[in-house]
Amino acid sequence: MKMSTTRRLERLHEQYMNGDLSRRTFLGLTAAAAASAGLSMPWMGRAIAQVKEVRFDGWGGTVQDAIDKYAIQPYTAKTGIKVVQGTFGDENEIITKVKTSKPGDFQIVHSSGVNYYIKYVNAGMTSEINEANIPNMANVLEPMIAPFRKLTPKLSAVPYDYGTTGIAYNTTVISPEEAKEKGAALLTDKKYAGKIGGYADMTTRVWYAALATGQDPNNIQDMDAVWAKVRETRDLARKFWGSGAELMDLLSKGEIVVTDAWSGRVASLQDQGHPIGYLDPPGSYAWMEDMLVLKGSPMAECEELINFMLEPATAIAVAEGQSYPPSLDPTKVKLTEKIEKLPAFDPTGKMEALTFADPIYWAENEDAWTKQWDRISKGA
Amino acid sequence: MTKGWTLYDPRLAWMLVAPVLLLLVVFLLLPIAMMAVYTFFTFVTAGVEESTLTLANWREFLTDSYYHGFLLKTLRVGAMTAVICGVLGYFPAYFIWATSFKHKWMLLLLLIVPFWISFTIRTFSWINILGEQGVINVALLRMGIIDEPLRMLYTEFAVIVGLVHFLLPYMILNVYVSLESIDRTLIAAARSMGCTGAQAFREVTLPLSLPGLAAGLLLCFVLAAGSYVTPQLLGSGRDALFGNLIYDTIMGQLNWPMGATLSIVLFVVLGIFAAIYTRYMGMSQIVKGLGG
Repeated sequence: MKMSTTRRLERLHEQYMNGDLSRRTFLGLTAAAAASAGLSMPWMGRAIAQVKEVRFDGWGGTVQDAIDKYAIQPYTAKTGIKVVQGTFGDENEIITKVKTSKPGDFQIVHSSGVNYYIKYVNAGMTSEINEANIPNMANVLEPMIAPFRKLTPKLSAVPYDYGTTGIAYNTTVISPEEAKEKGAALLTDKKYAGKIGGYADMTTRVWYAALATGQDPNNIQDMDAVWAKVRETRDLARKFWGSGAELMDLLSKGEIVVTDAWSGRVASLQDQGHPIGYLDPPGSYAWMEDMLVLKGSPMAECEELINFMLEPATAIAVAEGQSYPPSLDPTKVKLTEKIEKLPAFDPTGKMEALTFADPIYWAENEDAWTKQWDRISKGA
Repeated sequence: MTKGWTLYDPRLAWMLVAPVLLLLVVFLLLPIAMMAVYTFFTFVTAGVEESTLTLANWREFLTDSYYHGFLLKTLRVGAMTAVICGVLGYFPAYFIWATSFKHKWMLLLLLIVPFWISFTIRTFSWINILGEQGVINVALLRMGIIDEPLRMLYTEFAVIVGLVHFLLPYMILNVYVSLESIDRTLIAAARSMGCTGAQAFREVTLPLSLPGLAAGLLLCFVLAAGSYVTPQLLGSGRDALFGNLIYDTIMGQLNWPMGATLSIVLFVVLGIFAAIYTRYMGMSQIVKGLGG
């Protein structure tokens, strides 16, 4: 822990008065401190202050571009605190990095909600946020905070945005009417064999297979049927993508004409003028993202950054930039028309229309299902 | 301090070798040893393991045909890549060696130029070449040779193409170095004794350049069999190699004990291959090929 020069001298004096230091030692150390203070330059304090920095890791691409432009850069300009950024394509990647580094090397992660929160909690990587230092949390949707608090009453993360993984399709090949009629069944439509894509992620694959077999993704009864459906999609698929950038590349280059896709990335493609349609079929997979503060982080600076990111003006700008609705409660904060038109946006602030994964149920099955999915994805 | 030491004093040799040995121990042997220990740890849940020793990971590897299949496939793809590199790489190496072009260094420079570009970007470039809207398909479609795009990307073919692209310079350089060490008067002698150009190549040049070819084959095989990025970018899930299995186990399932087991397996298998290979090819020949 850093200690100011004044505090050091006070301690020195205290030790001398207690008789722990001889008069000669006390005077010698005081003289050394005085010489040191005399030699120090006015810029030294500023130089020390400038080494303060916060580490932020996110999803890269358009999402992180928006966070960087509308939140991080203004934050640095305002506070002088540098934010060192890193990216990942899969959140397990950053968990591995955190595991292999010492506490404090990685600090804030743009994490994938409660499903991943459990992993950080299990691995002992979480911290305890002082919510009093983040007054803007008062505007955050309570239904988004509740699942986190259920896992750790003292939060380590603050919800930041949400979205859905729906169905994206090339409108020059598939009409909106056909997409609406077939919904999730498009992912196993033999008509598009070799032109189908999907997220190379166990949760998404199992979720859509559960929907396709008429089951509740949060209470699957017939897992064999689900795996059979996952295999069916695999055999028809051209490529399972591993990152938002790859998803956009595959869709924009016409390598695939239908896939499950992240709503925000599809919105970005539509903004770029690509003929891509999007729909959320009934039971579409909804997810939320949060700003997770890891153990060993400089809490005050991290809390300050998160509070800044939750400022309505900042959060709205980021949301418009990344095309995902913010975690701000629309009944408390006036959001823009653009945000209200984003896929998955919930105007009620109750999140009842969205189907999120039950974190406990999925955590119980995560290890076995991930292993099985890895095998199926490789042809097993 | 070194008074009385001779030039070939063993103590001096050890002192000179010590820094490298230290680096090898700290950065190679120690990590491998730690990985080996990890193979006996118990997996609890994603990202969490405990140090209770178990043979479960080894049992799983030895009894599960899923892993065996991928190991064999990896060895096959590695061998195919090495052979293709050998066939394709020998001719450019021979040309560079044999040419009387004044600026031979430029040809060698051309071999190194690809290394100036990131390996990942070079691999990604094949997406724009082999893809449905890539150069090859667009050209063939416009010329009316095909009616619908050929499926080349995200196949084993694409993976092997990417690996050959990556490894070919290693092969060419190995063969070239070996060719450079040949005494050219031997070829002149063969010709003066009545050999045709082809006979001189078959009887003199080719046998003497084999150490370089052998070293190149070993290098290409080991690097191809241990590759991860190329199959990830250019292949589908089915085209994964053993390295991808390791990645998924460690990074996807966050199962470090099993990931460590698979890593040690690949390390040992490739090590055994290299050992057998050098045993039959002769270690001195390989070293000669690598060192020129």
